[in-house]
Amino acid sequence: MLPHLDAAYNLARWLAGNDHDAQDVTQEASLRAFKFFGSFRGENSRAWLLTIVRNTFYNWLRKNRLAEIAGDLDDEALMVEDVSANAETINLRVADAEAVRRAIAELPVEFREIVVLREMEGFSYKEIADLSDVPIGTVMSRLARARKQLQTRLAGEFQTGGAK
Amino acid sequence: MNCQQAGPLIDFYADGELDAAAILELEKHIHDCPACALAWRNAQDLKKALKQDSLFFTAPTELRRRIKTELRSQIETKSRWSFGNWNWLTTVTTSVATACLALLLTITLTRPSAEQRLTQEVVSSNIRSLMADHILDVVSTDQHTVKPWFNGKLDFSPPVKDLKAQDFLLIGGRLDYIGGRSVAALVFHRNKHVINLFIWPVNEKDSKPAASASIQGYNVIHWTNAAMTFWAVSDLNKKELMEFVQDYDTAVPLR
Repeated sequence: MLPHLDAAYNLARWLAGNDHDAQDVTQEASLRAFKFFGSFRGENSRAWLLTIVRNTFYNWLRKNRLAEIAGDLDDEALMVEDVSANAETINLRVADAEAVRRAIAELPVEFREIVVLREMEGFSYKEIADLSDVPIGTVMSRLARARKQLQTRLAGEFQTGGAK
Repeated sequence: MNCQQAGPLIDFYADGELDAAAILELEKHIHDCPACALAWRNAQDLKKALKQDSLFFTAPTELRRRIKTELRSQIETKSRWSFGNWNWLTTVTTSVATACLALLLTITLTRPSAEQRLTQEVVSSNIRSLMADHILDVVSTDQHTVKPWFNGKLDFSPPVKDLKAQDFLLIGGRLDYIGGRSVAALVFHRNKHVINLFIWPVNEKDSKPAASASIQGYNVIHWTNAAMTFWAVSDLNKKELMEFVQDYDTAVPLR
């Protein structure tokens, strides 16, 4: 029953940041998916459902937490990668889930979304671009920035952790 | 390749989005460059860290239950209305959509249901008939010519009706093959639109209300009455196709 509900809830939960709002978003999105099933064209019903979750979430966000919508993310600024930022061993092999969870939660919502879609759901760049209605270049640059932030945060996490 | 070029490619490689030629070049660079080798390890570690099962939130049972209850009650309210209300069309559409999604959500998603397969089949047949220009075996606007033509060609006698008064012009019929059997196909015109009506007998005594679907730009409405099943397919809009269905079978119980 409801095979993609977990994926829907997971995305909503990461976007909304708490269980209560995530449940509301998931429920509304599921019912909406249900109502508009007639307009479903294509093979990937998971991507379709997640698109609806995403749209439902942003509508909800606009209504409830206007402040959180990031202004201009300045996607182009990233195009030149600074490789030196990677030049320390982060040792994520021992990263505990709690630290990773915190690091993801601290990302801006557009980055959280892309991390969930890419790393947890395994969508390709192209699929993510379609799903979130942004150019594929934006997907790539946001993903790179999200990763860099995660690496920086987790590196800090382990430095302080190691000092204890 | 230098580090500046390798930088972004490392992520693409980790994501499986790099083509073979670029992979070869990148691997060569990583092999020779300790900084990029470290970046590559970090990229993999980060991916692994983000993929931990414990980061994935599963839907709470109560949410699952709530959604199921809600969906069920929507289906019920949608089906609890009567014909004569002008909203019936939207409601038919919605309840059919609802039913379809219930199917989608409850049955496996990859395997099409028997109904979906038949829908696809009649639509394909409809398209074939238009493409191959083999739409008619018997050309006649007279139902009394078309009906006897099927004698001896089918193991049943399809009900052929004339809907000239309702502005659906019978132009003929042909034999077709749907769902593993020979069926009657009647062809009607309204304005420039062609309606294919497929008819074959079924082992169902109860009549079934009209259900509609829409695929590849074609509208499909099917119903069962008096042990015959009817599938109307057309590029005509759903409203007019529904009129056709009602006119064709006034006994169709419409939900």
